[in-house]
Amino acid sequence: MTALYRWAPWVYFAAALLFIFLPVLVLIQFSFQSGLAPVPPFDGPSLKWWAKVLANRKITDGLTNSLLVGLGSAFVATVLGFLAAYSLARKRRRLSGFYQFLLMAPITVSYLIIGMGLQITFNYLGLGKSLWAIGIGHVVINLPLTFAILYSQLGEHQANIERAAYDLGAGDWRVVLEITVPMLWPSLLAAFFIAATLSWDEFVIAFLMSRFDVTLPVVIWSMLRSGLSPELNATGTLVFIISILAVGVVEFLLWRSRKHHA
Amino acid sequence: MPEKPISPRVELRRVSKVYENVTVVETLDLTIAAGEFVVLLGPSGSGKTTLLNMIGGFANPSAGQVLIDGEDVTDLPPAKRPTATVFQDYALFPHMSLLNNVAFGLRMRKVPKAERLAKAAEMLRLVGLDGFGDRGIHQLSGGQRQRVALARAMAVEPKVLLLDEPLGALDLALRRQMQEELVRLQRRLGATFVHVTHDQEEAMSIADRIVVVNKGGIEDMGPPDRVYLKPASLFAAKFMGESNVLGGRVVESLGGDVKVETALGAIIVPGNSAAGAAVHIALRPEQLLLAPHPDGVSLGRGRVEELSFQGTHCRCHCRVAGQDLILRAPVSVGLTPGQEVSLYAARTDVVLLQR
Repeated sequence: MTALYRWAPWVYFAAALLFIFLPVLVLIQFSFQSGLAPVPPFDGPSLKWWAKVLANRKITDGLTNSLLVGLGSAFVATVLGFLAAYSLARKRRRLSGFYQFLLMAPITVSYLIIGMGLQITFNYLGLGKSLWAIGIGHVVINLPLTFAILYSQLGEHQANIERAAYDLGAGDWRVVLEITVPMLWPSLLAAFFIAATLSWDEFVIAFLMSRFDVTLPVVIWSMLRSGLSPELNATGTLVFIISILAVGVVEFLLWRSRKHHA
Repeated sequence: MPEKPISPRVELRRVSKVYENVTVVETLDLTIAAGEFVVLLGPSGSGKTTLLNMIGGFANPSAGQVLIDGEDVTDLPPAKRPTATVFQDYALFPHMSLLNNVAFGLRMRKVPKAERLAKAAEMLRLVGLDGFGDRGIHQLSGGQRQRVALARAMAVEPKVLLLDEPLGALDLALRRQMQEELVRLQRRLGATFVHVTHDQEEAMSIADRIVVVNKGGIEDMGPPDRVYLKPASLFAAKFMGESNVLGGRVVESLGGDVKVETALGAIIVPGNSAAGAAVHIALRPEQLLLAPHPDGVSLGRGRVEELSFQGTHCRCHCRVAGQDLILRAPVSVGLTPGQEVSLYAARTDVVLLQR
């Protein structure tokens, strides 16, 4: 019995991990397939599909576009999220709770609805579909997240640290730039990378808001329509690797900041 | 030759604070002299921190004025006041080294780099952290953080140093040690310290003057021994450590003395009060005596109910005429539970409390 108690959780854990990661591992493995179809038996390894991916303008353009939109929208969402969090955490207003609700509300709305709304609005304003439009859409969906992350880091202890800086003669700008921002640096970076990762993977809004310049998820979607190919596996692997790297950076930053504040 | 009147270092004139219809500080005056170590003592929610924040500029009085060295600073923000605060949670800058923490205020005052770093290093040495300048905040213990916070506040040479329960987070032994160091630093720098605490022992051991604050008002104010031995109010008597308090009524005013009728009988104590006034009389446990005093009062016979050995003395509960009295008996007397004792006190030790 005791042996069962000891091993059962581990078996379950391994099964769960396998369930989550097996599809990804298979995807990665068959990106090194030699033949035409990404299905067993595996006849690789071969780098020819990877070479094809890197030579495919559609994919490399999509990759560049995705990086532009991801980094750009994450930067804007982080800056706006910080400003909103700072003002709501530091200046008490009568309607603070209501403003907070308004800022968090988009998180409950489906991307499809937000995408439709943006499309209608841009149409009305006479703005075309573009990378800019995708970026704005991604700021809309990521702002609640960056706001929530940063707001949670601006507690009473941090307020006291800012008070100490004011007390020692620092003005508003110096306190924000020399105390608040450096103090929040790990959280700011974490918020930035989370927003960038979500933008990187996002399909619905990117699809609705784009026409000629498309992001990588939209490229993959259009490739999928013409059937499976190891080239798609290689593209998917590329997307996965970059996401994992970003998540790794976030985890590292949060771990370091926890260690410092302990 | 007429002497130029010296204005006090800090002057609170008719200040009050009302916050969301609640009176946090009632209209009061408080004057602090240069070089004085003043402790604002009171329970949590008494308004003592609000008073401190009024001096530091973190709270604006609803009415009244705050003056420092005769200059009205009521409307100045903390940065423009010649004060510096040591916060309860230290509020050190987590992303800076110790040296940069301490030098921060000087940098804001545009002191040249070499000069401010030298000054910061000197302040660190003063608080016993010589050579720790390059360390980060997270590498320090609570007591060390406390010292850095002190050094940082003192580096800007404030006219008034404000300390908001700075020792609250430290364990007892470290707290006692830091109390001594605070007093030593204050003497050495000749600075004016205003210190907030709810620990009456801490207040007594460090203060030149204790200000007992309760419900937004000042209950008593004076040197520690006076406030302890002759408290001005019932609250001050109870808050400044253990006290035996008896309710009574003045039956006769005897010109300098009054006769008070209490549960222990009529007692003649020093003081002035009109006949018929409801008063309290108070005695510290160590002021209750087991033998008659030449100029004493007799408090009647009682029975020892509970005893606990405290090393230097025995803490003893006595029941006298239905009243529970606490006394500190010398160990050598060898009291036993159930024993009958007679209690006395020196007449001048008995405190008459009129409010």
